[in-house]
Amino acid sequence: MTSVAKSAPRHQRFGYRINAVGVAGALVVGFWIVVALAAPAIVPHPIGDIVDTDYFGPISRELWLGSDYLGRDMTSRILMGARYTLGISIASVIIAGVSGVMLGMIAAITGGVVDMVLSRFLDALNSIPSKLFSLVVVAAVGSSIPVLIVTMAVIYIPGAFRFARALAVNINTMDFVVVARIRGESLFYLIRAEILPNIIGPVLVDLGLRFVFIVLLLSGLSFLGLGVKPPYADWGALVRENIGGLPYAAPAVIVPSLAIASLTIAVNLLIDNLPTKIRDRENS
Amino acid sequence: MTSLVEIRELRVEATTDSGRTIAIIKGVDLDIAEGEIVALIGESGSGKTTIAMTLMGYARAGCRIVGGTVAVDGVDMVALSEKDRAAVRGAKIAYVPQSAAAAFNPAIRIMDQVIEVVRIHGVMPLEEARAKAVALFRALSLPNPEMIGDRYPHQVSGGQLQRLAAAMALIANPKLLIFDEPTTALDVTTQVEVLRAFKSVISAHRIAGIYVSHDLAVVAQIADRIVVLRNGEVQESGATRDILARAQHPYTQQLLAAVTPHHAPRPAVSGPTAAEALLEVHEVSVGYGPLRSDGQPAIVAVENVSLRVARGRNLGIIGESGCGKSTLARAIAGILPPFAGGVVFDGRELGRSARSRSADQLRQLQIVFQHADTALNPAQTVEDILGRPLTFYHGMARKPRSARIDQLLDMVKLPRSLRLRRPAELSGGQKQRVNFARALAADPKLIVCDEITSALDTVVAAAIIDLLKELQRELDLAYVFISHDLSVVEAICDDIVVMYRGRKIEQITPEAMARPEHPYTQLLLSSVPKLDPTWLDNLRQDPEQVRAYCQR
Repeated sequence: MTSVAKSAPRHQRFGYRINAVGVAGALVVGFWIVVALAAPAIVPHPIGDIVDTDYFGPISRELWLGSDYLGRDMTSRILMGARYTLGISIASVIIAGVSGVMLGMIAAITGGVVDMVLSRFLDALNSIPSKLFSLVVVAAVGSSIPVLIVTMAVIYIPGAFRFARALAVNINTMDFVVVARIRGESLFYLIRAEILPNIIGPVLVDLGLRFVFIVLLLSGLSFLGLGVKPPYADWGALVRENIGGLPYAAPAVIVPSLAIASLTIAVNLLIDNLPTKIRDRENS
Repeated sequence: MTSLVEIRELRVEATTDSGRTIAIIKGVDLDIAEGEIVALIGESGSGKTTIAMTLMGYARAGCRIVGGTVAVDGVDMVALSEKDRAAVRGAKIAYVPQSAAAAFNPAIRIMDQVIEVVRIHGVMPLEEARAKAVALFRALSLPNPEMIGDRYPHQVSGGQLQRLAAAMALIANPKLLIFDEPTTALDVTTQVEVLRAFKSVISAHRIAGIYVSHDLAVVAQIADRIVVLRNGEVQESGATRDILARAQHPYTQQLLAAVTPHHAPRPAVSGPTAAEALLEVHEVSVGYGPLRSDGQPAIVAVENVSLRVARGRNLGIIGESGCGKSTLARAIAGILPPFAGGVVFDGRELGRSARSRSADQLRQLQIVFQHADTALNPAQTVEDILGRPLTFYHGMARKPRSARIDQLLDMVKLPRSLRLRRPAELSGGQKQRVNFARALAADPKLIVCDEITSALDTVVAAAIIDLLKELQRELDLAYVFISHDLSVVEAICDDIVVMYRGRKIEQITPEAMARPEHPYTQLLLSSVPKLDPTWLDNLRQDPEQVRAYCQR
């Protein structure tokens, strides 16, 4: 077997197979995460300052991505925008994911009335159009970052719940869960040890997709003027405030759109090409 | 005599996902003469299905034919292009799958599926094909041959579907048939009928065939020649009679030994212990579905069954699929609460559902399921799986737990190095041992074994049975052993309960199995294939009985 081991690819040591497309996606996502974390330290200009005499300025040596409709530096605004877009979306997806998946597993394991009540309640929630729902909430309580996070989490809980419940119902019928049940195990143990480890892969992929939808919903809300309040702006808000530059092909409207596209596409590529575990065990 | 099939130096390799290549078939030679049935026999993973598939020039995904020739009727299937192979498949070479239920499309009428091959290859007009199909249905002794083609696959029984799959394979007059364990999934009483039908059709059409199976007794009835395979190599080959009578290779002898049960008369336990009942089931009735107004569920699967297991003794429950034996096991274990009757364990009445039983009661009564694949959590290592009952029931700390896991692995004769493996990295037999070790970890008094050997090969199953007996001597266990395999039950049980359609119809001892009283038991016992090649031809079953008890 020595000759085979030698010819085997290098990454085999980790026991995972890695895909080039996945690596590319991970790099782009990683880049935006670093930008979001480091933004205050690396922005060339404070985001509120008007630094250009012209509006919708072109790409130049001083202003790498041109200027916006008030003559503010676009590079700084994009970098800071990453903070809002990523931060709010990640917070929402975590809240939606954790609560949706937990409720889904509880419904699947407990069954009966609990399942019925949870499923119908979340179905009802699901039936409200998401944009309309967020419009009403933001109009009622005003727009702030916590409100945005909670609203978007609530919108995406039913989806996460449905998905996790469907997976958990399948696992729940397996004999090993029956064995654990007649051993007298608690609900918490069943969730933690028997169900969750067996559905975590698809659930993570689903959360990745949901993250993309949340980014788009947040951008959409900001575009409607219901998102982050000025002078701060996430990418969706940047597109909206600079929409007047569209006839001039101003970088101020193109670049934030590209940023949204690059993040969502990269996340999609990453979750479609997550490293797969190599199941083969050499006879060592 | 010229051979219809000549396989020379066949080699098949597979590539694992880390890029390692594994030889699956390591240079096999095989000849099949015209009109001859050759059986490929061996344990799972020995490459028997892989060889059979190469006859159609096919290798499963991830596998490759890397060397040798497979000449069928003078044409090398390995060298053919995919398009030319497709022209041969179904027309010259046909395939009868193991699970006909999975091979039929549930949304298309049977007749359309049976004559599909004719339509694809255009070998005869469709009207003629329909007439031929009806003739085949008749030849395969299917009921209502004129009308059965109009049904959908779910409207006929499993045995009928298997015969319909054979009709589908025969429709285009192939020269060679591949049978891939076609009766493994059937009940013994159904198997008799299907084997008879296969045999008569094969001899009527003088078709050559390859019969893949791990059941020597079945193969003895139908094959002219037997080829014994192991690890992708031919171990022994010869005429059926010779192999059965004078097996040379130790592995073949092992296979033969596994078929004939060696039940040493168990020492009768004398004194009061023999009389002391560990488990008593009193007129239990179990069903599925919502309760109707009269307090009975929509479907009653077990009706008024009573049984009794003495301390340290074994009770076998046999019957065909659907007779309620597994449902009864689930009721005893508290998975499915019975709607009438009660279970007394160790002198105390048990709660109907597991939730109403105490932790100690649950500990003392363990159940082991048929499919180790689904009974072991794929996300946990062997160590986790065995360690959990130790923590849960005995509150063991890390160190004693680890020592106990080693002990358990020794008990079920698994190497300690398997501790960190996950179920997917174990073989079928190893998984079933882990499954059993988990039940042992609870220190139970009674283990309910629900068909634990049916998914295993004969040799592996025999080893598991020996293990069970050995552990019983050491640990003073009692078993309730549920199976449709009579020889297994015979080998291990002190008493045998025969179930039919949810009722207990007879209780006998292994010694009395030669002369059962109930007609159904007689039918069931006479349907178990014997190694004698003339068994099927000489088998006489009372047609009245067959009509009364079989839904063929």
